[in-house]
Amino acid sequence: MTAPRTLYDKIWDDHVVHQAEDGTCLLYIDRHLVHEVTSPQAFEGLRMTGRRVRAPEKTIAVPDHNVPTTLDRANAATMTEDSRIQVEALDKNARDFGINYYPVSDVRQGIVHIVGPEQGWTLPGMTVVCGDSHTATHGAFGALAHGIGTSEVEHVLATQTLIQRKGKNMKVEITGSLMPGVTAKDITLSVIGATGTAGGTGYVIEYCGQAIRELSMEGRMTVCNMAIEGGARAGLIAPDEKTFAYCMGRPHAPKGAKWEAAVAYWKTLFSDEGAHWDKVVTLKGEDIAPVVTWGTSPEDVLPITGVVPAAADFTGGKVEAAQRSLDYMGLTPGMKLTDIKIDTVFIGSCTNGRIEDLRAAAAILKGKKIKDGMRAMVVPGSGLVRAQAEEEGLAQIFLDAGFEWRLAGCSMCLAMNPDQLKPGERCAATSNRNFEGRQGRGGRTHLLSPAMAAAAAITGHLTDVRTLM
Amino acid sequence: MDKFTRLTGIAAPMPLVNIDTDMIIPKQFLKTIQRSGLGKNLFDEMRYTQDGAEIPDFVLNQPAYRSAEIIIAGDNFGCGSSREHAPWALLDFGIRCVISTSFADIFYNNCFKNGILPIVMPQEVVDVLMADARKGANARVTVDLEAQTVTTSDGQSFAFDVDGHRKHCLINGLDDIGLTLEKAASIDAFESRNTALRPWA
Repeated sequence: MTAPRTLYDKIWDDHVVHQAEDGTCLLYIDRHLVHEVTSPQAFEGLRMTGRRVRAPEKTIAVPDHNVPTTLDRANAATMTEDSRIQVEALDKNARDFGINYYPVSDVRQGIVHIVGPEQGWTLPGMTVVCGDSHTATHGAFGALAHGIGTSEVEHVLATQTLIQRKGKNMKVEITGSLMPGVTAKDITLSVIGATGTAGGTGYVIEYCGQAIRELSMEGRMTVCNMAIEGGARAGLIAPDEKTFAYCMGRPHAPKGAKWEAAVAYWKTLFSDEGAHWDKVVTLKGEDIAPVVTWGTSPEDVLPITGVVPAAADFTGGKVEAAQRSLDYMGLTPGMKLTDIKIDTVFIGSCTNGRIEDLRAAAAILKGKKIKDGMRAMVVPGSGLVRAQAEEEGLAQIFLDAGFEWRLAGCSMCLAMNPDQLKPGERCAATSNRNFEGRQGRGGRTHLLSPAMAAAAAITGHLTDVRTLM
Repeated sequence: MDKFTRLTGIAAPMPLVNIDTDMIIPKQFLKTIQRSGLGKNLFDEMRYTQDGAEIPDFVLNQPAYRSAEIIIAGDNFGCGSSREHAPWALLDFGIRCVISTSFADIFYNNCFKNGILPIVMPQEVVDVLMADARKGANARVTVDLEAQTVTTSDGQSFAFDVDGHRKHCLINGLDDIGLTLEKAASIDAFESRNTALRPWA
């Protein structure tokens, strides 16, 4: 009888190709997702050494970071020269190396972390990597998924493996149920608020508990997406009937007898009773409020009912960092978070660009108008999310409210395309990072849920969405 | 990859915690298809004004630190994205070693792939090194990877830990891919087993 294992232990064990005496492992990679920003140097490396892509059928590429999201993007002039070169390089690399590809012109194009699950590439028990830290998203399926650098992208392309040392096991349990107006985004931000941005460093987090079980697959992806913001390379959620239902019938999910065999295997993917955890964090679902960030680190999280803190409220190196954040964000300690005025609203990203996110925002916006002078945009996570939202009438709600209705891409989450903040502009964003300059030099970012972003768009300031429900 | 054995150089103090990858190399410089040339944009938004003038207070703009090869940093250095452009920019500027109490995982890993040595030290040692770095250009720190020690300008020496495999690769300037391809038979065998066990994958 083997010792009780965590979900992470089980997936790890099933992917070890070779283990060296010092514990360094060669880990097999089931799915390799690729985008245009972190891959050109890796493909160039293959060319220079005459190497091929070992498993092109397990390699999936889609351009997302640079692509314009305006309706005229088929016109190459909407892209800057350097962006265009990166996207064209991916076109060429996908063609030359024979990998699966969703070009900008394909309706299935979108953010790599939304396209992977949507097309059924991401399945429970797999190892999934991508040259992007938000690869953690795929952990929602009970897949071991994490970001890698470009040298590792090249390594996976050439060998379909990664050299890894095993991380530690951390359990994050959310007990009970969420209160109305509280979403997956509030869970994941609240966990980071509790652990800090380095709290998960060296760990793989498994999220569990009733509140996690009660989330849809979309919500679970939102939770795992931000594991990296808590320092953990990967977040995991054990697969269950909701997971299987989501995967069933997707283009690259197994069919027939293979499906039956897959589900039987997937049902073994859970942490055993008595498995060892190196760290445990527990939050009560009912204690979690709708939250926003006030500073320039995702750990700078407070319930919307709170006030802006002072640097003196912190200790150690955080005192200087908090003061720097307050100066950058142009905030005064003691002011109510709901008094912070917003001029831009961004709904989208791999964190909150899925259909459920658009439904949540549209539910708040229905029959309402955004504040005069507000710049508000919805950027669906994929062409298919966009099509579904149009079919459900959500697009019309956004347009009637005064939002721009865009094509799919990463957009203003990291502002590599033309969607950027100007210095001093202040954005309520459903994305994942509020770092200095993230959405444009001098731009100020408050992270929140799609429903909270919609509320801010209506009132013109950070708003407790529960007052509009 | 350049070998890393022993380095004596100027250490720049950067005590701010959570220095993220967007600070190290902002996204507008990720639109390159090359690895080189990013050094001039290292810490771009901390280092230059909007019109490109140097901000004199920023540590790497100060005369004493313009040719720094080591950074002594606050907690959780390199948090944020997986962009390898961050170590590429550090390397292109001339930084070969970063010392902090903690690093973000992906950044830490990316450093080793590029001949940069990230060293984790306890707070009290980082405090000593930070104070030493603040002395300026005459205070040269020595990092000896073979002996696994960091020595301050006044001769205080501290031991550090490093993974054996990574140390071996750094000292010899080895390419991981070449090493892994030597295990191609193990990968083939794994794939055969896996196709039987998990045919859908």
